[in-house]
Amino acid sequence: MSKARQSKLRTSLVHVALIAYTLVALFPVFLTIINSLKSKQAIFGQPLRLPGPSTFSLIGYETVLKQGDFVTYFQNSTVVTVVSIFLVLLFGAMAAFALAEYRFRGNTLMGLYLAIGIMIPIRLGTVALLQGMVATGLVNTLTALVLVYTAQGLPLAIFILSEFMRTVSDDLKNAGRIDGLSEYAIFFRLVLPLVRPAMATVAVFTMIPIWNDLWFPLILAPGESTKTVTLGAQLFIGQFVTNWNAVLAALSLAIFPVLILYIIFSRQLIRGITSGAVK
Amino acid sequence: MGSLELRNIRKSFGAQEVLKGIDLEVKDGDFVIFVGPSGCGKSTLLRSIAGLEDVTSGTVLINGQDVTVTPPAKRGIAMVFQTYALYPHLSVRDNMALGLKQAGAPAAEIEVRVAKATEMLSLEPYLKRRPAELSGGQRQRVAIGRALVREPELFLFDEPLSNLDAALRVQTRVEIARLHRQLGATMIYVTHDQVEAMTLADRIVVLNGGVIEQIGSPMELYNRPANLFVAGFIGSPQMNFIEAARIGEAGATIGIRPEHMSVSPTEGRFRGKVIHAEHLGADTNLYLETESAGLITVRLFGEHRYAADDIVHATPDATKIHRFDESGRAITA
Repeated sequence: MSKARQSKLRTSLVHVALIAYTLVALFPVFLTIINSLKSKQAIFGQPLRLPGPSTFSLIGYETVLKQGDFVTYFQNSTVVTVVSIFLVLLFGAMAAFALAEYRFRGNTLMGLYLAIGIMIPIRLGTVALLQGMVATGLVNTLTALVLVYTAQGLPLAIFILSEFMRTVSDDLKNAGRIDGLSEYAIFFRLVLPLVRPAMATVAVFTMIPIWNDLWFPLILAPGESTKTVTLGAQLFIGQFVTNWNAVLAALSLAIFPVLILYIIFSRQLIRGITSGAVK
Repeated sequence: MGSLELRNIRKSFGAQEVLKGIDLEVKDGDFVIFVGPSGCGKSTLLRSIAGLEDVTSGTVLINGQDVTVTPPAKRGIAMVFQTYALYPHLSVRDNMALGLKQAGAPAAEIEVRVAKATEMLSLEPYLKRRPAELSGGQRQRVAIGRALVREPELFLFDEPLSNLDAALRVQTRVEIARLHRQLGATMIYVTHDQVEAMTLADRIVVLNGGVIEQIGSPMELYNRPANLFVAGFIGSPQMNFIEAARIGEAGATIGIRPEHMSVSPTEGRFRGKVIHAEHLGADTNLYLETESAGLITVRLFGEHRYAADDIVHATPDATKIHRFDESGRAITA
């Protein structure tokens, strides 16, 4: 681990690789945003050009704000994402605490059972889910989406959090028990604050697939009042004609809420990912 | 204040039995120390007394009351942990006050009790700080303060000095001894360090493999160990064990403490070569390879000019020889 001895060449090679990756990863986002600010002709004529005085146009954003009910869509997406994250973190942390803290028969099996969901895609069960939602009258409600996303997020949350819960000192929990804290108080007041970085990690990993999902909104909640942003943007994609200005504008707008949530979590996240690795 | 009685305590983790029937009585005001090698069950026993582990069978009585199934907070105990276990998000003051707040004590009383503990441990300057802003020794004092504030029947200490450096360990040891005299409280203390056990305890309980090997005052254990295990565990450097038949003595094994031997360059009972000499100033430890008794250790007081490869003669003090039978039990003359 002679960090100081690393040659300049190696350091710069690493940076070149990382910068190249960053460019590749950001390029589609960049393309989406610049083209959302151009007129239709310019999008097709010079897709890689930055918007200039002659090509600049806000027509896409105007269409989005006028035509679809995008405020509602944003609201729906935000509600579904935030409520799902909250439930995933709450139940995931509780299950992880139980698995890490209590000795009971079948503990390991239960842990495995809860983790299996990581390997089996929830979409395989779409038909059964739809039948269930129809039977319970939850089709076209945000509740349906929240339930599905909570189930989808839980396995990974439990898996990651139970590892972190094991690292919380037993003495600390026992000190709480001697001071008369209930198991709930020990969980909420002693353990949760200590695994906050892990919670942020889980929140980010849970949030992005939910925000971007098209599948379940399309199947379970396609109604006008329950559409999410991703589904709403499909409004402008027709079988014969696609309003690219509007699609790109809608997608650009959809980036921002998730970006804000990410920034909120990211300060915690960096500590979460590196904790244990560097210490 | 508090007495403690354990009746036939057994504890198993799965198929493994960790405590194999522990019977013990601790009188009010006693300072009792559990010692033993790691894995002997001493910490498990302490946790069982605290109620942090459920015993598999047996009865725990505190002040004559059966508390076997009582939750920890209602047993009238306080515990100090090896890793301090302070609440990281609370100030020193709140750390000490939390237990009383949970029990619903009136604010005025909490104030008085915290102030008392603060004064006893000179924690005044740190009251508003978080545990992260304190050094190891300060943290352990806060942890002791947190125990004091509860005014318990029984203080439990789980290797409280193990995480401190040598100088602080001595200092904190003295402080705990002072607290015991001042409060007259019953204290149960777990350690693997026999120096702590010898210096602090009224009575020592030596545990090995889940059973009590011997209970007694430090000097009883030192002068009259009941068996080979206790004889070897108490005292440093370790007692020399010599096959009795080899040197023509009665019994199966002969035990001689290193400090109960004298050394002369010219004559003595065991002739041998010095393999290694440790000069500690106050003591000199000699490791001898002898012809008749094998490898033995001799502890001399003060400075001596022996060096490796010297030929010397060691002679045990005949009045301080310990004899053990085939099963390892002491033969009392």
